[in-house]
Amino acid sequence: MTTRFFGDTAVLAGRSLRHIGRSPDTIVTTAITPIAMMLMFVYVFGGAIDTGSHESYVSYQLPGILLITIASGIAYTAYRLFQDKNSGMFDRFQSMPIARSAVLWGHVITSVVANMISLVVVVLVALLMGFRTGASVLDWLSVIGILALFTLALTWLAVIPGLTAGTVEGASAFSYPLIFLPFLSSAFVPTDTMPGPVQAFAEHQPVTSIVDTIRAIFAGEDPGNELWIALAWCIGLLVVAYVLATAAYRRKFS
Amino acid sequence: MNPTPAIQIAGLTKSYGDVHVLQGVDMTVESGSIFALLGSNGAGKTTTVKILTTLLKADGGTASVNGFDVQTQAQDVRSSISLTGQFAAVDEILTGRENLILVAKLLRQPNPGAVADDLLARFSLTEAGNRKVATYSGGMRRRVDIAMSLIGNPPVIFLDEPTTGLDPEARIEVWQAVKELADNGTTVLLTTQYLEEAEQLADRIAILHEGRIIANGTLAELKAMFPPAKKEYVEKQPTLEEIFLAITSTSNGTSAGTTTVKES
Repeated sequence: MTTRFFGDTAVLAGRSLRHIGRSPDTIVTTAITPIAMMLMFVYVFGGAIDTGSHESYVSYQLPGILLITIASGIAYTAYRLFQDKNSGMFDRFQSMPIARSAVLWGHVITSVVANMISLVVVVLVALLMGFRTGASVLDWLSVIGILALFTLALTWLAVIPGLTAGTVEGASAFSYPLIFLPFLSSAFVPTDTMPGPVQAFAEHQPVTSIVDTIRAIFAGEDPGNELWIALAWCIGLLVVAYVLATAAYRRKFS
Repeated sequence: MNPTPAIQIAGLTKSYGDVHVLQGVDMTVESGSIFALLGSNGAGKTTTVKILTTLLKADGGTASVNGFDVQTQAQDVRSSISLTGQFAAVDEILTGRENLILVAKLLRQPNPGAVADDLLARFSLTEAGNRKVATYSGGMRRRVDIAMSLIGNPPVIFLDEPTTGLDPEARIEVWQAVKELADNGTTVLLTTQYLEEAEQLADRIAILHEGRIIANGTLAELKAMFPPAKKEYVEKQPTLEEIFLAITSTSNGTSAGTTTVKES
């Protein structure tokens, strides 16, 4: 059964990756909003923001922009799942002797690959805007690992509306609040100027720890405890989203 | 032929809340036959097919396909069947050939490319094979769908309303494909709301009405249930369908052009 699972997942991921290859605009549109935000933050607000840090503002805000990129990218997973469910592709796959969960994993892996490509585009633009880091290969690998884990967690979250939404708008709309989470975090301004309750929220939501960790790694500093908090958030989110998504799947297609 | 019936259903029930879609369906489909499940919209045809293809759990009763119980041996059932038609989609973003390769790979066929090319040729789709399915006509799409269902030679094929929404020409193309299936010994369970389709294709016909099978037999048996045919001499006017086909059939005319032979 496990060999079935890996083989079927690979075939189905190949299918949805081909969809992306046929409409590469999904990767571009995923990257364009975060890039526009980055231009605005760096060239409009950036000069007036005192981060209290010695690094350039473009480097300061990049981690938050990367998380916004992921939050907008995963909406496509919900959209593609919804389409498969409604068009009858799911019924076809379900009536075949393939590994049950491969149908979902195919979409999840596609999401991780597509988001990684969008992230590369955003980082390249940040480099043009003056983002510099002394991060070593190992540092980069840890940043990629954290971003991949966050993508995986949010993608499984996106599976839930993809399976349960009644309309295609509903399937994609859930990601808007996720896109705004970085604004209520340390992504663009330090949290200590925020009023009490906002600050309390900002300091205890997943984005802040992930942003602080990536920012520290890029700056060549030790992220310390933030790294473990970030990993705990990502893995916790992943487990909860995975359990809820597979439960929704089993309810729909048992 | 295999003496085990291809499909056996006893006392099958299924409700959605207060709506009792199936209220005790019993039927048997012999191996190697074409069996038509006839009924109007909402009669429970699709629900029956979904239960038989393991997409839906029944509330009560038993169902087996190719000797396997749909509830307890679902994966064995899935290895014995294929599902096409109304609700089993073809991937529109992929080409016809890629769709066939996708299914061939999922069914662990040793040479997916060759399987695909062979089926494209059989269904006269070779030229269109490398175009996206989104550009296909309704008839071509159903032919790809039926071609997909042949991969791996499943002993039982479910065709759910295979010609709903097709124009008359495309409908005849699909009928041709279905007849070829049965010639190869495959069992076909077909659901339809068109009486003519059942008449054209099926060895046996069951009529599903309000969640129960109210009639089941060969066409001749079903006819015998009604008062004997009265002989009347009526000038036969061509039907609109015959006119349509006569006008639109081109010089490369498919065998479609022949008018249907009315019995009795």
